[in-house]
Amino acid sequence: MKLDLRLPIGLMFTIFGAMLTVFGLVSGDAIYGRSLGINVNLWWGLVLLAFGLVMLGFAIRAGRKQDSKA
Amino acid sequence: MQHIQLGAIDYAILIIYFAFVLGIGWVLRRNVRSSEDFFLSGRSIPTWIAGLAFLSANLGAQEVIGMGASGAKYGMMTSHFYWVGAIPAMVFVGIFMMPFYYGSRARSVPEYLKLRFDEKTRGFNAITFAVMTVFSSGISMYALAKLLELVLGWSFHTSVVLSALIVLAYIFLGGLTSAIYNEVLQFFLIVLGFLPLVLLGLKDVGGWAGLTTKLETVATNAGYSAGAWSHSWRHLEAASANPMGVEWFGMAMGLGFVLSFGYWCTDFLVVQRAMAAHSMTAARRTPLLAAIPKMLFPALVILPGMIAIALHTTRGGLLPLGADGTPNYNLAVPVMLAHYLPTGLLGLGLTALMASFMSGMAGNVTAFNTVWTYDIYQSYIKPGQSDGHYLKVGHAATVFGILLSVAAAYATTRFNNIMDMLQLVFAFVNAPLFATFLLGMFWRRTTGHGAFFGLLTGTMAAALHHGLVLPHGAVAGLKGGFLGAVLHTYPSEMAQNFWTAIYAWSACFAATIVISLFTRRKKSDDELKGLVYALTPRLTDHELAWYKRPATLGVVVLGLTLVLNVIFW
Repeated sequence: MKLDLRLPIGLMFTIFGAMLTVFGLVSGDAIYGRSLGINVNLWWGLVLLAFGLVMLGFAIRAGRKQDSKA
Repeated sequence: MQHIQLGAIDYAILIIYFAFVLGIGWVLRRNVRSSEDFFLSGRSIPTWIAGLAFLSANLGAQEVIGMGASGAKYGMMTSHFYWVGAIPAMVFVGIFMMPFYYGSRARSVPEYLKLRFDEKTRGFNAITFAVMTVFSSGISMYALAKLLELVLGWSFHTSVVLSALIVLAYIFLGGLTSAIYNEVLQFFLIVLGFLPLVLLGLKDVGGWAGLTTKLETVATNAGYSAGAWSHSWRHLEAASANPMGVEWFGMAMGLGFVLSFGYWCTDFLVVQRAMAAHSMTAARRTPLLAAIPKMLFPALVILPGMIAIALHTTRGGLLPLGADGTPNYNLAVPVMLAHYLPTGLLGLGLTALMASFMSGMAGNVTAFNTVWTYDIYQSYIKPGQSDGHYLKVGHAATVFGILLSVAAAYATTRFNNIMDMLQLVFAFVNAPLFATFLLGMFWRRTTGHGAFFGLLTGTMAAALHHGLVLPHGAVAGLKGGFLGAVLHTYPSEMAQNFWTAIYAWSACFAATIVISLFTRRKKSDDELKGLVYALTPRLTDHELAWYKRPATLGVVVLGLTLVLNVIFW
């Protein structure tokens, strides 16, 4: 299997995280009534972003190791 | 009931996810031609992917929607599906069954039955398996249609047709070529999409303490003692004392032993994931490692249902009512998503749900296609045709399978909890099959005639029991009682299913032994090598350090599960 699964996982969650974080910053407070007044887009967006970047980091490091071996 | 309003960002998340699914499929297609290729050339994937795939093969619509629905309908007792059912069964698979599967030549259940017994046992199993896949995909289709109904506001009929078209497109665009990879992607999507929902819900009801207080109202309103919704074991002394309507024996034997072991030991959709691991030790460790996150899943999938029923009862009218006046528990999870998540995160949650419905359906329809085309059509109806002929039949079978699933989706509308329906199907198919497997693997005297007529007897025992009993408040038909007389009324569908499973397993077990003793064994010891425990070389784990041995891991996992059972007693 040539595809390191951490790459698409990391990429996808980095995109989702960035989208939600930005959306959380620009969206007004009005839509957060149902989430108990918490700007969950911003906070959870940051969590997803961190998760995505960590996965990407692992994938890139593993990729480098593979290259240096070959 | 509130309709879900979606914003542009929600649709964007959905579209990006599908771009990734198709993209991964496209990249992989250059390396892998078919799922067959994958498994044969496989055995090289890292243990962590095998473990996550093992978990997520089962974390589909049925688990997310069904466990949420059960959490609402039956409360904390739903945790038995994990802490009595799945976890011990996974340990059993890792320690005892995996050496067989990994070492044997069989790649599927029908194949094992053919090698171990004979052609007719395999044929019988192929038919019952085909029926099971149709129901499974129908249940996913129902769930997807309900979700579309909720999001788009369309009628259920239109939504079912749309779901059918979506699945057809997904299969023909090759959404399955990368099944294992998608499942792992989905796993993270479901965990990360649902966690904020659980956290918000818990904060809203005032944590676990606030939730149990609210659930006391739920329990006393329904006529049970206050803790009936928030304890797993305390109210199991009598069937009348808990919402599931089952006492400890029916629970431990029906769910814990027959249904759970039957599911985890014989469901190759799941077992194959572990077989893709790179070595026997890794394959055995896969279900054991997967069991550790698995034991925490109740927090993710059951808890939202419990919170939903608590809010439904104490704040009024969260869940829509079905035709029979009972709440439609199936909607507990989608309604909770709409209730707590604002646009943005909502897109993530919905994408997670839709992804799991679609892959659940596609996986089952494809399995139906394979079994029908190769195990039934090619073997019994028209052997010896060209490859092109079977390919055409396969395509037709996919369309036909989807049509059957639509019918099954309508049958599902009769159940206010899809888990009730799923376990009913398992009681007919997996329960007798598990008896056949146990005897086939551990008793070399078991004969082909014994296995075949045992399976037949077991399935008929299930039909007989189901046909003579009804769950409380149901009319004769799909839910039982179709044989005219109703001899017993169970308090709930789930209690009825547990007992159907117990009768089916016992009948198959007894009949297989008796018939085997009266028939001649046709397979020699040599032919059964690798298929029967006593004739398979024992594995020794002595080269591994003691803490790395599967048995050690199994004991740790069971110990942790025991602790959870005690905490939520």
